Amino acid sequence: MRSTLSSIAGQCGDVALFGFRILRDSFRPPWEGAEIAKQIFEIGWRSLPLIAAAGFAVGAVMSMHTRASLERFGAEAMIPAGLAIALFKETGPLVTGLLFSGRVGAGIGAELGAMRVSEQIDALESLAVDSFKYLVVTRVMACIAVLPILTTVMNFTGILGGYIAETVISGMSFALYWERAWSFVDFVDYVPPTLKTCIFGFIIGTIASYLGYNTTGGTAGVGQASTRSVVFASILVILSNVVLVKAIFFLFPGAEG
Amino acid sequence: MADAVIRFENVYKSFGAHKVLENVSFEVPRGSALCILGRSGTGKSVTIKQMIGLIKPDSGHIYVEGRDVTAMNAAELSRVRRRIGFLFQYSALFDSISVGENVAFPLRRHTNLEEDEIRDVVEKKLARVGLRGIYDKMPSQISGGMQKRVGLARALALDPPILLADEPSSGLDPITSQEIDELLLDLKHTEHTTMVVVTHNIPSARRIGDEIAVLEGGRILDRGSPADLEQSEHAIVREFMTLEGGI
Ligand SMILES: Nc1ncnc2c1ncn2[C@@H]1O[C@H](COP(=O)(O)OP(=O)(O)O)[C@@H](O)[C@H]1O
Ligand SMILES: [Mg+2]
Repeated sequence: MRSTLSSIAGQCGDVALFGFRILRDSFRPPWEGAEIAKQIFEIGWRSLPLIAAAGFAVGAVMSMHTRASLERFGAEAMIPAGLAIALFKETGPLVTGLLFSGRVGAGIGAELGAMRVSEQIDALESLAVDSFKYLVVTRVMACIAVLPILTTVMNFTGILGGYIAETVISGMSFALYWERAWSFVDFVDYVPPTLKTCIFGFIIGTIASYLGYNTTGGTAGVGQASTRSVVFASILVILSNVVLVKAIFFLFPGAEG
Repeated sequence: MADAVIRFENVYKSFGAHKVLENVSFEVPRGSALCILGRSGTGKSVTIKQMIGLIKPDSGHIYVEGRDVTAMNAAELSRVRRRIGFLFQYSALFDSISVGENVAFPLRRHTNLEEDEIRDVVEKKLARVGLRGIYDKMPSQISGGMQKRVGLARALALDPPILLADEPSSGLDPITSQEIDELLLDLKHTEHTTMVVVTHNIPSARRIGDEIAVLEGGRILDRGSPADLEQSEHAIVREFMTLEGGI
């Protein structure tokens, strides 16, 4: 038991060092711009269909629930605003973070794991390339850059899904829905929660890269790195979210309203 | 030993309780070829990986062109690696890019060649290992033997003065295998490339090696010219040398 605990503590320390090294190396040349661009495409662009479809469905379902609640108070006019605030402040960022943990966490864990066990990482090193910068830093940078954008996509397709669900019932026009959706949304409702996903991106990228880059044990090890990446990235996104929400309340007292 | 390009000095290496190398010392003079012979799992791959710092010895020193690889920082190590071509035992091609881009990779990283010049060099290197018209194939679309040769082409892309090759002809048919031997000999004669070649293939070790080192039980059991080793005091070394095929 004690040895299990100390091994978990040791792993956490290793991950923290790994994350620190990513931050440090991201400020040192060479910048590997071409590789970052490629990863943004791989990680970001290719996640778009997933995020857009999920956003649409989540928005539609949330709208139905919001309608059911607000109808009781005769406050149907508030439906668009209720949906927008719930979506922008919490649901959009968190659902995007979790979907991203699944798709991208598994992908990075498996890809780097396979490169490790097939000696492709050693091959990079043998060709005088800093494999950590080339593979890890670039992927984490791409995750950080891409998550707020994907969150925005989730938010807007969510509003669209909400509008469709609403107009089917009440026939509300899009122009009116759009105006009402934004009527109560402040800067603090949108920008801080969206930007906090940069931290989700850092967490997901770091965990998956750590597990992939340090894979041992052949093909089975690759599968394990991939699965663990999803599990640990998802749970850390959910846990860190608690701290981040609290931090936003602290930094932007208006956000609690 | 004034001009030893590679020198091992009392190198020890274990993985956990498993002792792989115990007090290994040897040197490779400039322009010569050393063949490392030994059974599977005796530490041949571990030995040559240490020469470019992919694995660190537990103790001892490894000098490349007079400078201690075991004490180098990342920038120094990177400079040494640019002077060494390394062929991995299982090729280790980048599987997400084409065969041609694998060979182009070091050229793109470390030279200022234009696109058409890179293409040119790549085609030449591929031709040199007997491959043509496969620039755009993916590594998974070619045979293991072809992957091996692409790996060799990639290792030679920057015309390194030192070549380390881990079983360059294993998995190749006898004819291709002989062609690779010819290529290595040609490199040695025309470009004076210093080489360390790990091999299972005794006839090929005889052809390529100025010296052969037999690794057994974590030590260099014997080392010398092929003729020397036929007269070795160790029965097992004499036996190795009489084998026609591989170990
Ligand atoms: N990274 C590693 N971790 C643990 N053991 C290793 C590692 N690399 C090699 N070994 C072990 O070291 C021994 C020598 O391996 P290697 O040098 O690959 O043998 P070979 O002579 O066939 O090339 C083997 O028993 C192998 O299992
Ligand atoms: Mg080997």
